[in-house]
Amino acid sequence: MIHELNILPATPEMFLAVAAMALLMLGVFRGERSTRMVTLLSLTALVLTALLLPIFNAGVEDSFAGQFVVDRFALFMKSLVILASAAGIVMSLSYIERIGIARFEYPILMLFATVGMMMMISANDLIALYLGLELQSLSLYVVAAFQRDSARSTEAGLKYFVLGAVASGMILYGSSLVYGFAGTTGFYGLADVFGRAAGAAPSLGVIVGMVFVIAGLSFKVSAVPFHMWTPDVYEGAPTSVTAFFSIAPKIAAVSLFIRVMVGPFGPLLDRWQGIIVLISIASMILGALAAINQANIKRLMAYSSIGHVGYALIGLAVGNESGIRGVLIYMAIYLFMNAGCFACILCMRQKGQMVEEIDSLAGLAKTNPMMALAMAVFMFSMAGLPPLAGFFGKLYVFLAAIDAGLYTLAVIGVVSSVVAAYYYLRIVKVMYFDEPSEVFDRPIGLEMTTLLAVTTLFVTFFFIYPAPLLSSAAAAAAALFGG
Amino acid sequence: MIVQALTFYLFSAVTVVAAVMVIAARNPVHSVLFLILAFFNSAGLFVLMGAEFLAMVLVVVYVGAVAVLFLFVVMMLDIDFLELRQGFLHYLPVGGLIGLILLAELLAVAGGWTFAPEAAQSVAAPLPPLAEVPNTDALGRLLYTRYVYLFQAAGLVLLVAMVGAIVLTLRQREGVKRQRIADQLRRRPGEVVEVRQVQPGQGV
Repeated sequence: MIHELNILPATPEMFLAVAAMALLMLGVFRGERSTRMVTLLSLTALVLTALLLPIFNAGVEDSFAGQFVVDRFALFMKSLVILASAAGIVMSLSYIERIGIARFEYPILMLFATVGMMMMISANDLIALYLGLELQSLSLYVVAAFQRDSARSTEAGLKYFVLGAVASGMILYGSSLVYGFAGTTGFYGLADVFGRAAGAAPSLGVIVGMVFVIAGLSFKVSAVPFHMWTPDVYEGAPTSVTAFFSIAPKIAAVSLFIRVMVGPFGPLLDRWQGIIVLISIASMILGALAAINQANIKRLMAYSSIGHVGYALIGLAVGNESGIRGVLIYMAIYLFMNAGCFACILCMRQKGQMVEEIDSLAGLAKTNPMMALAMAVFMFSMAGLPPLAGFFGKLYVFLAAIDAGLYTLAVIGVVSSVVAAYYYLRIVKVMYFDEPSEVFDRPIGLEMTTLLAVTTLFVTFFFIYPAPLLSSAAAAAAALFGG
Repeated sequence: MIVQALTFYLFSAVTVVAAVMVIAARNPVHSVLFLILAFFNSAGLFVLMGAEFLAMVLVVVYVGAVAVLFLFVVMMLDIDFLELRQGFLHYLPVGGLIGLILLAELLAVAGGWTFAPEAAQSVAAPLPPLAEVPNTDALGRLLYTRYVYLFQAAGLVLLVAMVGAIVLTLRQREGVKRQRIADQLRRRPGEVVEVRQVQPGQGV
């Protein structure tokens, strides 16, 4: 039976899950003193998992009777997710100690969330999709409320939990309708059934089910109109958790979205393309307009992430290989920009107190020129100014949209990124041209310096040698289309 | 045959009446007790269908754990249910409208329902002959072989739920006296017992 199930491709997930459980035992027996050790060991576990990935996910293989699949797409996305989780844990290292939430469960919950994300990326069955999603979401609800003595953090966790449960309910309801039509939950089986019925008008029930699944997944990637939770959760959760939220789960949810839409629902492209176009346009516009008036930088980043999801969904709306390649490049670059940006935000500390107001960045160029330079690079990159990395991310999705004839989408994308540039540049203006206010605490710590240096260098010099990312993204996208 | 039909009607009638009483009863504790009655009778219906495993699970999980948990919650939380119902009439028009719209949509979906022609063949795990394999056996074979991945994943989800509940609620309080058996055993009579000569009428 073991041979029939072919469990080897899932080795990285199994290793990470077992490591998380072992670290849980270590934490339970050693008590709160072990937090630092558990955190460092969690990082080691992530590194080891990343090393296992290319060994076990090299080819294209099904495992567990087709419920779990590994291919180049999974390899690419899982590498990004592991990188994002590792960055999230590195950013938390000293922050959780400073605000007094240094408990050993924190890195362990992040590891479980990472296992869930890897399961989402490799899901090849509606039930596997749901379980991976729940494992990830449940861990995230808990870390959002981790600062349990703060009313805002608790509120963020509760809000996220309730709305997340509704979204999960939608996905389940949609999945049950789809299952009722096709009689199977496996993605290959679904693609087969829908592919054969492609010419005829599909049953109304299937369309309703698919729309429910899309609604639930849009909630998970925080696309308009299912974005309401994002600003509140981003603002309320501890900043290190917000940093984690804005990178790892977003990448995982986007890749799940891609796999579901391109895989089982691929033959119904003309049915869902309009929905994704609409969601994408609404997200881009709201992300650009709603962020203008924000005074809190975490809320601003929340709206900015809604906008970025809108741009990424352009590539999905195109629905062909070059569109998906655009999304993959976009998400990889987004990971570096956002990780660096949040590393800066985590350093915003005055006299031992965290500050979150944009105005407190005033005059940073005079008080801490290196950090101001890094932040300015990220802001220019998010605004999409060449030759920074963010420009290339947008370039490839827009090109894909124009090639596919979706001109409206590309035009609205360009216009909304011009609008969004206003608030990104406003932060640069506050840092460089306003009178210095209070000075931020130094030093910021070795791990933050390293993270900032790596992300800044990546974002700045991506254009010199973009080939590795472009080719691996192209290979990953090709894997989805049977190439 | 007639006995089976009669049993079916008995169980289903009691289930329906109990279910109505769950939402109609004024006392919330009575509601929960009616819920338990409904669960028991549904379990009876499962037995009639030959699904003895589901019947047992329904009794053990829903009656033994979920309903009892409800009962605890209802009894321990001081909720004024009359007050909760105050806004009922107020929200009835909007709620009713939404309900009607949803009903219409569901009818549209169900009315236009078709099955894919391949649906019957694509069923992942076809039903084994009931006479040869008892359904507990059949479920177990599937759950621990073909669906072992999902089974383990569900286990992980539950583990995270448990860790989360503990992280968010457990507080180590100061000054709580705990029993430390090792300390108790380590005590020697010589350290804690003092023998004194007490003069009559004087006290210690």
